[in-house]
Amino acid sequence: MTRIPNHPPAKADIAALKARAKHMRNHMLVMARGPGQGYIGQGLGIADVLAAIYFHELRWSPENLTDPNRDRFLLSTGHYSIALWAALAEAGIFPLEELPTYGADDSRLQMSTLDTTPGVEIIGGSLGHGLGQGVGMALGLRLQNSSARIFCELSDGELQEGSTWEAAMAGSNFRLDNLVALIDCNGIQADGAIVIDIEPVADKWRAFGWQVQEIDGNDMAAVVAALEQARATEGRPHAIVLRTKPGKGVPTLEQREKAHFVRVEPEEWDALILELEGQP
Amino acid sequence: MTTARTYSKAMGVDEALDARPVVDAPFGTALIDVQKHRGDIVGLTADLGKYTDILPFRDAYPDRFFNVGMAEQNLVAVAAGLARTGTVPFATTYGVFATRRAYDFIAIACAHSNVNVKIIAGLPGLTTGYGGTHQAIEDTALMCMIPNLVVIDPCDATDISQITHAIADYDGPVYVRLLRGKVPRVLDPKTYSFVIGKASVLREGADVGIISTGLMTEHAIDAANALNAEDISAGVLHTPTLKPFDADSVAEFASKHDAIVTAENHVITGGLATQVREALYKAGIARPLMPVGIADTFVELGASPTLMVRSGLTSDGIVAQAHAALRLKRS
Repeated sequence: MTRIPNHPPAKADIAALKARAKHMRNHMLVMARGPGQGYIGQGLGIADVLAAIYFHELRWSPENLTDPNRDRFLLSTGHYSIALWAALAEAGIFPLEELPTYGADDSRLQMSTLDTTPGVEIIGGSLGHGLGQGVGMALGLRLQNSSARIFCELSDGELQEGSTWEAAMAGSNFRLDNLVALIDCNGIQADGAIVIDIEPVADKWRAFGWQVQEIDGNDMAAVVAALEQARATEGRPHAIVLRTKPGKGVPTLEQREKAHFVRVEPEEWDALILELEGQP
Repeated sequence: MTTARTYSKAMGVDEALDARPVVDAPFGTALIDVQKHRGDIVGLTADLGKYTDILPFRDAYPDRFFNVGMAEQNLVAVAAGLARTGTVPFATTYGVFATRRAYDFIAIACAHSNVNVKIIAGLPGLTTGYGGTHQAIEDTALMCMIPNLVVIDPCDATDISQITHAIADYDGPVYVRLLRGKVPRVLDPKTYSFVIGKASVLREGADVGIISTGLMTEHAIDAANALNAEDISAGVLHTPTLKPFDADSVAEFASKHDAIVTAENHVITGGLATQVREALYKAGIARPLMPVGIADTFVELGASPTLMVRSGLTSDGIVAQAHAALRLKRS
């Protein structure tokens, strides 16, 4: 069994992490091709963050997914599952041959997360559920003198859920410096562009007592640096506001109308994969 | 000349009937005992610690107690997260807030994953005079519809103490109604034993069988005594666990009586009466059945005992329905 290292590598290999993210984007295109549709825009947008989390920051072992002292990544937006499956496949938890089953009956790789799939910590998808559970886990780990940390992804649309702010209040009240919120601000929600103003996002989290950074969530070096800075936070939780681009890495999808649920014609997929390969 | 007035008391205190001894804060006392034995309990509340009897636990284990403020969705989410790290959270609030405000969190964050969370829900039914905002009249029906969830309505201090131990030792999500403050002792701890999913025959009878849950079991015993004094042989079956429902014991008990009365501190539709009817139908047992419970209506504000009398949630109410059921039997 692989021991979980006590600390992440001192220095991140940015080029290697970018390569991971590109692999993950490729996995996502392979997945979305099956159903011909899916939350590919969101997945491509957050690929860089998940690559930095799973291949640099998280102290975990794919061989021991239930280690009580593992760091935990919580995907609150269950419909971003395509990105999580890509990360877990890239980490070797699923064979790549399983990717085309995404969204199919009886697949472990569904369009929203269930915690019966290995590597999934919570059921996401009823939005506003992740951060509160992250607060509970951070409290539980602290009670047990564990140094494990919680990274909870949530989205900009999810900031409209009142329960998110209930959790934000509790996180700072209980001084949870083992809790990091990763807020994916991609500007879209189910009905299109953000339908009710949630800005200024960073100021809101500051006002709730969190230490906050705001970065380009598609700039790998910036993501890694922000995660490193979050490690140094003491006495309060940390929020990283990530400005991401839906469809990032595949120019055709970046330029497509900002849609919550992207549909792609069967003949387009090969071109999209070539586009991804052509990216730096 | 002044008119004597009955005033509602704050937050469901002292619903004990005068005739029985009372126990102070049986839940909080039992939870301390459970923690002494297990060591993995965490106490949570949403600004209702004082009114859900969990403060004795806070005072004994201040490091293991968290008050999340008036935020019931977060209360349940935090409990689910705590449970996923191997602790056993007991989260207290009022039944109305747990079920109406945090339903999605109980269903998905707890029950869907069978997470080991215990929700302790104060002010069941008409134990408060605060009206529809505070009276949990439909809570157990809502909770019984959620897969995986265990749902319990205790009778008294003995039940509460034993249930606190039993649910801590059960690995899974549980919703329990709470009686707080000075809680009557109705069941003899030397002879009564709570088991999740099991009903208890408290009295054997022949003419009328009273099937009761929650605090209505106290009234059921009084009603059985009154009926026996009229030479009507009355039995009492206490069914504290509403899910999983002990349909076999209910059917067996009913088969030994000519007529049935159900008694619950809850709306009749979707509650105990509905479950008993289903159990009897499935078992092929036909008996006249008259329910005692809250009608399909919100109940006004007022003193709890007044509201109980007006809704028929008393031993007199049960006796009247027993007579009605026996009349049906004869007709």
